[in-house]
Amino acid sequence: MAQEHAYDYRAVKGFAISSLFWGIVGLLIGILISLQLVYPQLNVTSWLTYGRLRPLHTNALIFGFTIPAAFSIFFYLVQRLGRTQLAFPGLAKALLYLFNTAIVLAALSLFAGMSQSKEYSELEWPLDLVIVVIWVMFAIIIIGTIVKRKEEQMYVSLWYILATVVGVAIVFIGNNLVVPVSLFKSYSVYAGANDANVQWWFGHNAVAFVFTTIPLAIFYYILPKTTQAPLYSHRLSIIGFWSLVFAYLWTGAHHLIYTPLPDWIQTVAISFSIFLIAPSWASVINGYGTMKGQWEQMRTSYLVKFIILGITFYGLQTLQGPSQAIRAFSALTHFTDWVPGHVHMGTMGWVTMTISAGFYYMLPRIYNTELYSVKIANAHFWLVLMGQLIYSVTMWITGIRQGAMWQAMEADGSLVYSNFIDTLTPNYAFWNMRTAGGIIFFAGFLLFVYNLYKTIRLAPKASSA
Amino acid sequence: MFVDRNITEVTIMDVDKKPVLFIILAVVTILAGTLATTFIPLFMGTASPSRENIKFYTALELEGRDIYIREGCNNCHTQMVRPLKFETARYGDYSTLADSAIDRPHLWGSKRTGPDLARVGRKYPAAWHVIHMKSPQSMYPKSNMPPYAWLADRDLNTKYTEAKMKTLGYPYTAADLRALEGKTEMDAIIAYLLRLGNELR
Repeated sequence: MAQEHAYDYRAVKGFAISSLFWGIVGLLIGILISLQLVYPQLNVTSWLTYGRLRPLHTNALIFGFTIPAAFSIFFYLVQRLGRTQLAFPGLAKALLYLFNTAIVLAALSLFAGMSQSKEYSELEWPLDLVIVVIWVMFAIIIIGTIVKRKEEQMYVSLWYILATVVGVAIVFIGNNLVVPVSLFKSYSVYAGANDANVQWWFGHNAVAFVFTTIPLAIFYYILPKTTQAPLYSHRLSIIGFWSLVFAYLWTGAHHLIYTPLPDWIQTVAISFSIFLIAPSWASVINGYGTMKGQWEQMRTSYLVKFIILGITFYGLQTLQGPSQAIRAFSALTHFTDWVPGHVHMGTMGWVTMTISAGFYYMLPRIYNTELYSVKIANAHFWLVLMGQLIYSVTMWITGIRQGAMWQAMEADGSLVYSNFIDTLTPNYAFWNMRTAGGIIFFAGFLLFVYNLYKTIRLAPKASSA
Repeated sequence: MFVDRNITEVTIMDVDKKPVLFIILAVVTILAGTLATTFIPLFMGTASPSRENIKFYTALELEGRDIYIREGCNNCHTQMVRPLKFETARYGDYSTLADSAIDRPHLWGSKRTGPDLARVGRKYPAAWHVIHMKSPQSMYPKSNMPPYAWLADRDLNTKYTEAKMKTLGYPYTAADLRALEGKTEMDAIIAYLLRLGNELR
């Protein structure tokens, strides 16, 4: 009996707390840069300028919030789904310290303007090497635990965990091949269009292996667990998984439509982007199918609300994304605020809601206690939902508006709005609304952290450390 | 509770019972699209134009470009004029492969909070840029661009200039490097901006 239940949750707890902490930091920077877009006087000093803080915002929420959330929840899932203890617990402890040190150094380097300039690959090469070490340690723990599992069959969540492990490794290394000129400066090995092509192959598959396979691994576990209903279709989850990890890698160039990158690469990317609706919706349908006959849980369970709204935003995201890949639509919305609107439906809706559900599910269980307050969890839900909708909808509106103003031409072929500034300033009202949406979202996130803090504080002290 | 009745029927090669095999299959699946759309094209030449007519960056322009990168200008400015009527009417000739052929990294960008800069070097003289960089609001009261007056107070760090030129394979002379003495970061970034749109001989 002792064998069966001797799970090791120390690293699970450490990474959960790290994730919540860096989540708060990343969201605060998000609010600041949102304000800076309307109030340039907030760029008070060089290391607090928008150009340096925007990468800090994205990196903090990708590497600081989402990745440790995955470490935490994955270390829980591999133990539960394998019915075995975490492999290499000492390595996991070292990983926790190394990870947080790396995030601090990463933040300092971005404040200082050290940047490779490629989106989500900004960190300079010494930090990239640290990230590789971190990822190898993570992979050893995950694979080591899976190999020694006692449950023969690997459940769907474990597939998505393994896909995350190998997928991030491949795209991260591929895009960060650089030639150093000093400790703080390097140049990409790729040039021009090739560099752009590699960058967006990476960029879009960071979406695949950070913002898709991570929440999907969580989703496939906590939905059946929470609803006490079996997964709708195992067959669908197999088809969905393999077609997703196959198709995603072909789609990067939809970020480069109408560029001089060879047309065939763009067209292949557009085609695969449309195809990607199918495997994405395989998971959405699996989620809704599992709810069959259980829909009343949307009223009775705060967790089900997070999970189902999360997968719903995933469904919407994976319809909106492919439509943006269509040439005519790209011509209108690319380079506008439509795009951050799109991204934030995925990150604030799908990713954060699902990670929140994962923490809400997992933390009370590993601390042998109940959630501190379901009421606060419900308030958290409504605040992040409202905040995200305000964010996305305002950005879609102003994105279309600005795209249309850029396109507007008189009959004689001259531009209606020839001064760029005239197409920019109408953004300000929308950007202020976006800031308000961000603050509402942040308030919800603070309630979330407070709720988990109280849950942990009230845990019986006897629980295994 | 996770296991449905049909599970054995749909298991192929027991892949979900063999993690090492699973990892190998996942890597192969991921590498298919990776190689086909990203890494094989590197060797096809179609995205790598001839460099014959391209002006290499001068040492000052390269240092300016690195300041552009350091300050994250690419977060708000693209350098990619699409071949669409309304874009060429606003910005000038559409971007070609040659424009960025020697750019490591590329700076095409993904968001236009400010205007595209691919052809900005044809548009304004240096004096305009100095005033605009120091205070964008002095020219456009409603501009949201951060002021960069402090670049004019900072001497250009030339410690690595030669190493940079060598790494990138750009030709330079000792005189080019000496010419950097006494230059500020503002001088460098403006030299870079003036080059944009004038890539070809």
